[in-house]
Amino acid sequence: MSVTTVRHVRHGSKQKQNLVAYSFILPFVIVFLAMLLVPLVYSAYLSLFRTQLVGGRNFVWFANYGRALTDSLFLTGVGRMALFLVIQVPVMLGLALFFALALDSGHVRGARFARLAIFVPHAVPGVVAALMWGYLYGKNFGPIAQAFTALGLRPPNLLSNGNVIGATMNIVTWEWIGYNMVILYAALRSIPPELYEAARIDGAGQIRIAWSIKIPSIRSALLLTVIFSIIGSFQLFNEPKLLYVLAPNAIGSSFSPNLYAYNLAFTNQDVNYAAAIAFLLGFVIMIVSYVMQLSAERRARRAA
Amino acid sequence: MTDGKNKENRMRKNSVTAALAAASMLLAGCSGSGASNVPAATKASAVSQDKIDAAMGTATTLNFWTWVPKIQDEIDLFEAKYPKIKVNLSNQGGATAQYQKLRTAISSGAVPDVAQIEYPFLPSFILTGGILDLTPYGFADLKPNFVPAAWGQVAQRGAVYGLPSDVGPTGQLFRTDIFSKAGIQAPTSWNDYAAAAKTIKDKTGSYITDLPGNSMSPMVAFLWQAGAKPFAYDGNKTVTIDLSSDAVKKVVSFWNDLIQKNLVSTDNQLDDNWYQSISAGKYASWLAAAWGPSFLQGTAAKTSGLWSATPLPQWDGAAAASGNQGGSTDVVMKGSKNPIAAAQLVKFINDDPSSTTMLATKQFQFPASVATLKLSEFTDQKSAFYGGQKVNAVFASISGTVDPAWQWLPYNDYVSSSFKETLGKAITDKTDLLTGLAAWETQIKAYGKQQGFTVK
Repeated sequence: MSVTTVRHVRHGSKQKQNLVAYSFILPFVIVFLAMLLVPLVYSAYLSLFRTQLVGGRNFVWFANYGRALTDSLFLTGVGRMALFLVIQVPVMLGLALFFALALDSGHVRGARFARLAIFVPHAVPGVVAALMWGYLYGKNFGPIAQAFTALGLRPPNLLSNGNVIGATMNIVTWEWIGYNMVILYAALRSIPPELYEAARIDGAGQIRIAWSIKIPSIRSALLLTVIFSIIGSFQLFNEPKLLYVLAPNAIGSSFSPNLYAYNLAFTNQDVNYAAAIAFLLGFVIMIVSYVMQLSAERRARRAA
Repeated sequence: MTDGKNKENRMRKNSVTAALAAASMLLAGCSGSGASNVPAATKASAVSQDKIDAAMGTATTLNFWTWVPKIQDEIDLFEAKYPKIKVNLSNQGGATAQYQKLRTAISSGAVPDVAQIEYPFLPSFILTGGILDLTPYGFADLKPNFVPAAWGQVAQRGAVYGLPSDVGPTGQLFRTDIFSKAGIQAPTSWNDYAAAAKTIKDKTGSYITDLPGNSMSPMVAFLWQAGAKPFAYDGNKTVTIDLSSDAVKKVVSFWNDLIQKNLVSTDNQLDDNWYQSISAGKYASWLAAAWGPSFLQGTAAKTSGLWSATPLPQWDGAAAASGNQGGSTDVVMKGSKNPIAAAQLVKFINDDPSSTTMLATKQFQFPASVATLKLSEFTDQKSAFYGGQKVNAVFASISGTVDPAWQWLPYNDYVSSSFKETLGKAITDKTDLLTGLAAWETQIKAYGKQQGFTVK
């Protein structure tokens, strides 16, 4: 008897609570549906067609995907992004980790200022950053070139064919070190200090503490930054798009798959193929992220 | 679909009912969309003066997309003449941004009434079926008011798609001090150009000029000047692409030779590095379009008084020729709800003397209007930057030498982007230009086939 009454009362208030909860997330759901899900479905729908300037729109099943898988421009773009992944991401995360550890060690004077200074590049809008670096890279009159000339050396063309990938990696690293550093620093701050005391009693120095205690403890935060960086580097768009104005011959219209999809849609008037490329890129990112996560979990299981 | 394949241009000034005119405009609009979006050349009947007067007396708001700086002054003149019409000026952020937005607008139907489009991109917009033929408004009669080369860009296959706003005939702006230091005159023939380039380089250290790889506009102007006709479009499904003709090869080999001998530089044009270089005298001349002179005054102010203008070097001394770089027209969009008022806006801005004079003398748009080109107010302007020379007069005479029969492909966005990856890349990297040229031709032919065109 009392059970049913209790259940009845709890059921009523729970329903009201559920309603309130749903109404809180309703704005997000509306935006999510309208701005993410609906466009995604529409893109998928578009990718199954082919529109020609002469001939109109035709249903072609998965022909666009087949075309993308044999498209050397797309595959080279993906390869370029894989290069980014292999070179730029470890460098950037390594530096971010180093700065986070250094700041956490408490041995840095003016740590608060240093934290802010390292984060400021991330606060600079991407457009401004790319334009600024474009000026810095200027081959005759940019500051870097002027420094070389002052030393009597021939200034390198940092936006030439061979150098433009490195130049782009540099800009991306500069922009994102601060962001990753803050994530890792926050994770470091949450390590219980008793571990340090125990380590110090055992005679461990700062570097040993960093290696054996701090880094293993923030493994999940590290994995988070790695996954974000994987997704970010495959989706690279901002920097090549802005550097294209300065060095269109070196960058080309298919520097990154995202830029390729954009140019396909707006320069080549080939929206359907662009949609297919975008989806394929999404699959590539999903696969790489999943593999990364799996191997990290496996390593964690082995360590534990 | 409609009976509009008849290409005869019949203009009847006597009135035809507005309903008939509206119906035929509707049919013209229908033929533009659907499975085959190659527009049929429908012939709408003339719109009577009564209809025009009635429309201009009705309160209307027009949306005008353009990037011409300070064109509000001309719009004010228009609004003063037609007080019932209000014009909303909107700058979409320059040419490239405007074309993207315009294409989206055409797909969605929310188009402006009047839009500015550069000549090379006009065929691609005509292909979408989104541009209104202005023949019913008597625009075909305006032909004598404009330079032939400009008229040829807007009047195609019996239809008139807009009125020319400005043109960009190409001439030679050269540094008098550098040339006199080298002891030579500005070359008048391409045959002398290589020798002049060597003299300049040896005696002054400057390059005679810069050929950029980041824009196809200069190279195309040189092809235009040489009489090449690499692009043609029949208005229907056939494009003709010929970048292997003797004229094209002659021009590209010529520049290839100069580049390989390091007698011209290949910096990107119109970026910060280029502005600094031209101020510093790294290039002894700029093979510039008619909008170049005033442009240079802004960017190379400290070299004022050291420049002079002259026609391009020629292939054939007997027949002076040049090519256009840039230049644009104003068009009426087919989805406009006020086509009559929009057409009158286009006519006023580009044909009314009060507007064209102001555009030429205040906004430095190089006029396509014959009357404006003859105005002493325009031609007699002496420029201190050019050592007191009447630069406008020089370019006015050049504008008459541009071949009116030049055509563009209906997918110029792709042609331009492809150039930067093939021939433009070869220029910047200083590799063999003829290889880059062949790659360019291959790419744009492949694209044409892929898009369903018959490529000849």
